[in-house]
Amino acid sequence: MYKLKITDHLILLTGVFFMVAPVVLTFMTSTHDAIAIYKGGVQFLPGDKFLENYETVLFQAGGFTQEVNGFVMLKNSMILGFGFAIGKIVISMLAAYAIVYFRFPFASVCFWIIFATLLLPLEVRILPSYEIVQSLGMVNTYSGLIVPLIASATGTFFFRQFFMSVPDELLEAARIDGAGPWKFFKDILVPLSKTMIAAIFIIMFVFGWNQYLWPTLITTDESLFTLVRGIKQILQVWVGAQIPAFNEAMALAILAMLPPVLIVVIFQSWFVKGLVESDK
Amino acid sequence: MATITLDTVRKVYAGDVEAVKGVSIDIADSEFIVLVGPSGCGKSTLLRMIAGLEDITTGEIKIGDRLVNKVDPADRDIAMVFQNYALYPHMSVYNNLAYGLKNRGMAKEEIDRRVKEAARILEIGDYLDRKPRALSGGQRQRVAMGRAIVREPAAFLFDEPLSNLDAKLRVQMRVEIKRLQQSLGTTSVYVTHDQLEAMTLADRLVVLNGGNIEQIGAPIEVYDKPASTFVASFIGSPAMNLLNVKADGDGLSLENGAGLSGSNAKGKDSYIVGIRPEHLQVVDGPSSGDGVNLEVSVDVLEPVGAESFVYASFPDGGPEIVVRVSSHARHEPGEKMHLHADAKDVHFFDSSTGRRID
Repeated sequence: MYKLKITDHLILLTGVFFMVAPVVLTFMTSTHDAIAIYKGGVQFLPGDKFLENYETVLFQAGGFTQEVNGFVMLKNSMILGFGFAIGKIVISMLAAYAIVYFRFPFASVCFWIIFATLLLPLEVRILPSYEIVQSLGMVNTYSGLIVPLIASATGTFFFRQFFMSVPDELLEAARIDGAGPWKFFKDILVPLSKTMIAAIFIIMFVFGWNQYLWPTLITTDESLFTLVRGIKQILQVWVGAQIPAFNEAMALAILAMLPPVLIVVIFQSWFVKGLVESDK
Repeated sequence: MATITLDTVRKVYAGDVEAVKGVSIDIADSEFIVLVGPSGCGKSTLLRMIAGLEDITTGEIKIGDRLVNKVDPADRDIAMVFQNYALYPHMSVYNNLAYGLKNRGMAKEEIDRRVKEAARILEIGDYLDRKPRALSGGQRQRVAMGRAIVREPAAFLFDEPLSNLDAKLRVQMRVEIKRLQQSLGTTSVYVTHDQLEAMTLADRLVVLNGGNIEQIGAPIEVYDKPASTFVASFIGSPAMNLLNVKADGDGLSLENGAGLSGSNAKGKDSYIVGIRPEHLQVVDGPSSGDGVNLEVSVDVLEPVGAESFVYASFPDGGPEIVVRVSSHARHEPGEKMHLHADAKDVHFFDSSTGRRID
């Protein structure tokens, strides 16, 4: 058996250092006041403004209209993250179901067209997308924030591969058992895909949570701001002699990191199962 | 319970591949029919057409008096057991059995009664709460059969259900399937490529080759009077010895002229002669008795316990000959051997069509 050597640990520790150090620094810095940071730069030791900073960030209304606080932004981010992930899963499962189980003309062409959109990220089509959403009157709405993003080539691809690995006999047994297309999907495929759904949910939630460009474009109303774009907003308040609230920005960054981390931690066993287990 | 009637059923796949070429079979009520043949002979396609999982290109399939060509699998009143069991992995055994009944909108009490009854018959009552992955192969097989039984169908369809089991379990389940079918009296169609399984289970065998029926008949009938060289070599293990022979006046001789003697009773120029390994007797010296006499030399002795098989060849080439001998017989490689088969045990086949000549 292979014995762990000291060099192995060193390599791992270096990796951990590079991963964790910035997060620790961010957290430490977020417990100081803005002046200390402005004078002394990033802080390595904990300060005494922890409660104060986090309370300000979470509950004190800020921004241009003085209507939005961290709590509202957290809620908006949650709505975006969940809506984005659930929407993507629903859409891509249905698309993959159609592609794998129904014989319709040009099915594989359809699949490759969907797949090719992987090459076209949001940034490429951002102007036309904005134009469409805008003319539908969906600017500054949650649906405008979520719906244009939920089509997912990646999700469709993963579910397609998964459905293709489900043995045909299962479909045939279900047909003999009197399950129509909808029943088969609901009673057999969805439960079988549980771990897969969990894995894709995690990826998509984090992905949706971290969206920046699209929310920036589509939400001009501050009450719809998400956390990620809120951080930027704090640093932008650069009026007269006012010092940018670095401490609050850091606190907000830490808050913005927490939910995805929690999701990953809570679902990680499912995540691993989804990627490696074949439960068929 | 019902009869199943197949009338010149054909299946043509895209690209003009004809998998089943006009097959007609009348299956009687509560009969156990086994479709047997090598892979690609169309036996599974035929079964899947009866089940409704494949469209019928032309021809008719009737279950009872009802034409089912256009009927959904679920409405054909059949149940199917698959080779890999096809159990729903996320459902408990109970729900696996109950799923089809629920879909039919059956009352809960009736479902419960049927599931419990099937579990009792198959002795899987202790596993009803388990998921299929927590079961052994044999137990999964029982659950798959249970799923068929609870439907109380007009016919059972089996698609090589024992192929995934180990040899010992296969024999055990084979007996169990037979017993079950006899006690339920449900018409059954069973597909296998294993001739032993086919022989032991069937009321009637249907031997298929290349999409055509080679022979239909009771197992022993098929074994005793194979209709063609294909059936002769497919049914029986080891396979029947087949020799190309020429008529030589009133006598017969092997094509390469080597040691065969016998009488040309059928009046043709050439034949394929078939002799089962158990019908060849080892005799002391050159025999001239009525029937076929061969002189061969031993290549390999293969003891299988209750009996042994000798693989032998002619001095100057030609086909290999298999002979069944008693398990205590001793034969050394290279040893000369004189063999005799009685005339009644010698099968004659047409050398061009391969059909039986009586």
